[in-house]
Amino acid sequence: MKLKPSDLDKIAQKMRSVTNLRKGTSRIKITVHMGTCGIASGARDILSAFLSCVEEEGVSDVLITTSGCAGLCSREPMATVEARDKPPVKYVDLTKEKVKRIFKDYVMGGKIVEEYALAIGSERVL
Amino acid sequence: MLCAGTGCVSNRSLEIQTALESELKKYDLQDEIQVVLTGCNGFCSNGPILVVQPDGIFYQMLKVEDIPHLVEEHFLKGRPIEKLMYIPPDKKSPVPKLSDIGFFKKQQLVVLSNRGLIDPENIDEYIARDGYKSLAKVLTSMKPEEVIEEIKASGLRGRGGAGFPTGKKWEICRGAEGDEKYIICNADEGDPGAFMDRSVVESDPHAVLEGMLIGAYAIGAENGFIYIRDEYPLALKRIKRAIEQAGEYGLLGEAILGTDFNFGLSVNRGAGAFVCGEETSLISSLEGNNPAPRTKPPFPALSGYMGKPTNINNVETWANVPRIINRGAGWFAGIGTESSKGTKVFSIVGKLKNTGLVEVPMGITLREIVYDIGGSILDDKKFKAAQMGGPSGGCIPASLIDLPIDYESLTSAGAIMGSGGLIVMDEDTCMVEIARYFLSFTQDESCGKCPPCREGTKHMLDILTGITKGEGKEEDIEILEGMAKLIKQTAICGLGNTAPNPVLSTIRYFRDEYEAHIKDKRCPARVCKALIKFNILPDKCNGCHICFKNCPSDAITGEAKQIHEIIQDKCIKCGMCFDVCKFDAVRYE
Ligand SMILES: Cc1cc2nc3c(=O)[nH]c(=O)nc-3n(C[C@H](O)[C@H](O)[C@H](O)COP(=O)(O)O)c2cc1C
Ligand code: SF4
Ligand code: SF4
Ligand code: SF4
Ligand code: FES
Ligand code: FES
Repeated sequence: MKLKPSDLDKIAQKMRSVTNLRKGTSRIKITVHMGTCGIASGARDILSAFLSCVEEEGVSDVLITTSGCAGLCSREPMATVEARDKPPVKYVDLTKEKVKRIFKDYVMGGKIVEEYALAIGSERVL
Repeated sequence: MLCAGTGCVSNRSLEIQTALESELKKYDLQDEIQVVLTGCNGFCSNGPILVVQPDGIFYQMLKVEDIPHLVEEHFLKGRPIEKLMYIPPDKKSPVPKLSDIGFFKKQQLVVLSNRGLIDPENIDEYIARDGYKSLAKVLTSMKPEEVIEEIKASGLRGRGGAGFPTGKKWEICRGAEGDEKYIICNADEGDPGAFMDRSVVESDPHAVLEGMLIGAYAIGAENGFIYIRDEYPLALKRIKRAIEQAGEYGLLGEAILGTDFNFGLSVNRGAGAFVCGEETSLISSLEGNNPAPRTKPPFPALSGYMGKPTNINNVETWANVPRIINRGAGWFAGIGTESSKGTKVFSIVGKLKNTGLVEVPMGITLREIVYDIGGSILDDKKFKAAQMGGPSGGCIPASLIDLPIDYESLTSAGAIMGSGGLIVMDEDTCMVEIARYFLSFTQDESCGKCPPCREGTKHMLDILTGITKGEGKEEDIEILEGMAKLIKQTAICGLGNTAPNPVLSTIRYFRDEYEAHIKDKRCPARVCKALIKFNILPDKCNGCHICFKNCPSDAITGEAKQIHEIIQDKCIKCGMCFDVCKFDAVRYE
């Protein structure tokens, strides 16, 4: 499809309804940060660990996606977990075991896993 | 205080502003209550954010429809609306706010404003964050000259090395004679320890494409190249994917966005050498020739690819462009210092607790980068210096830690902004060895075309190696300085012109270290192995035998409970004995 300028807004709105939890059907969005550095420190395993958690629990309102990195190479692999109407939580130094626990406690149970969490909130964009 | 960060703006905070202002007027409150636009609060996910001062009431997820009610209840009747207020997830939660953590607190994202937020392989997610909106704006409402004026007014300067004003470069190329013009994105990034451009391409490839499209329109180019380092497979994959998707949407190719603007883009993989990042060498490599630099002038803007006017910019430079068009030159020029506007992405590596990729406003101090962002030096050692600008740059010593980082101040301190590589060194770093390391890199990468660079750097390297081996002579420092000057003046390209910089700047700030190596045959940081000697002090050694067991080279003799000794010929200077001796009996000099 070749776009016209006015199509940009339409795509933007449609897309926000998928990625923006407030407008969409997902309850939780999990973003695994996959830059070269994240992948080198095992982000692919983290991604598949989240995916198998979704499968095991049989949930359908959890959106798993990937993105570029957050820049803090020394704490990779990293993932951001964002529940509807809550600020996102960034988890660092992840392992498969930590993923399981985060999924159980936070995604299913709503309790932040403090030991693994770096911080809540988003980065400052100008 | 209404948030006007990218996140909130794309959640319509500017419409909220209009609604607020008109409601306030309605009640004649516009003089009493001021609407101030702020930068991002770090809670973009809950935006748009409105903070009412002096009470500090924090409203979130505002909609235009909420505003009349909010103004009436809160501002007129003094009753804050709880429903719209932000409720901290758990007051006692020990997890800090991201924007309160040092590493993130000092960062301000312009170029990387989509990092971690969008799927870089999905163009729709880019569009959802105002992507290609600037391109649409430019194509439908601005003349090419107006675009150039806007970029000039923003004060944007090249992020690839020399810091040439971008708008001016575009203007020269637009004005150059020729029916065909080209633009190039330099994603070669050969500076060791640097990965800014890789990260920009990996996390937001469409920003680079959109910047190039805008540049092509402004300059009048119909074709462009992205020259990307071959060692970046993920970045390569993502940029190719981005080009494919943009093509499907008609954002590349003919009649872009239904206008009469055409632009085609191809990706070329770098030939792998550091010198290929130099613009004339890069162009020669694109033409299929041997990637050797040539003398300038003529500059590529007048005679570049196939002899046609060619504008070349760095990845980060291009990625700034859509943001400037979207938010306006004035907004961009409001960030940074007098001569250096906007932000800069640095890859910070070395002896720091936090390493990684950061975007900070120009004018930030090295202290803020090392201590606030970097979280201070590893093992609580002392900060000694930072190498800025990689092998073409120089070091900034601890005494200049409060230097504001911008193009001019770095240059006058003997370093350069470069592309943004920043290597932090602690007290255990030997500055002579650092200079030797960088020079050996450039000498290795010299293309060999011109003698000052080919022979001169080799000679300098020999002298430096001699110094680190304890063979330095009194006159060496002077010879190094003289040769450096000569090479800087006579080498053909930037590689040779800048190769002596690390040597000059370490001599400038750490002359005493050079002298210690040369005169006293001593390496103060105890790095240069040839200059250290381990000894056991007989009056301190109690014969515990631990060093004997730990020496990897059987260089220690002595029975248990007897005084031990080191056989110098066998010692490989690993320092193990020094580390394990609990009685302070091992010394080195
Ligand atoms: C030896 C050498 C290597 C260079 N490597 C790069 C590089 O990897 N990336 C880059 O953008 N510029 C590099 N440059 C600078 C380019 O020649 C050119 O100035 C730059 O791409 C222009 O873009 P800008 O105005 O946006 O900074 C290098 C220069 C020299 C002398
Ligand atoms: S300065 Fe060095 S890299 Fe540049 S052309 Fe001369 S020999 Fe080649
Ligand atoms: S470890 Fe120290 S005290 Fe023990 S034998 Fe070696 S030098 Fe002597
Ligand atoms: S420095 Fe290493 S090799 Fe030399 S004596 Fe000590 S332990 Fe043995
Ligand atoms: S490059 Fe992404 S965190 Fe290091
Ligand atoms: S843009 Fe408003 S909180 Fe980030």
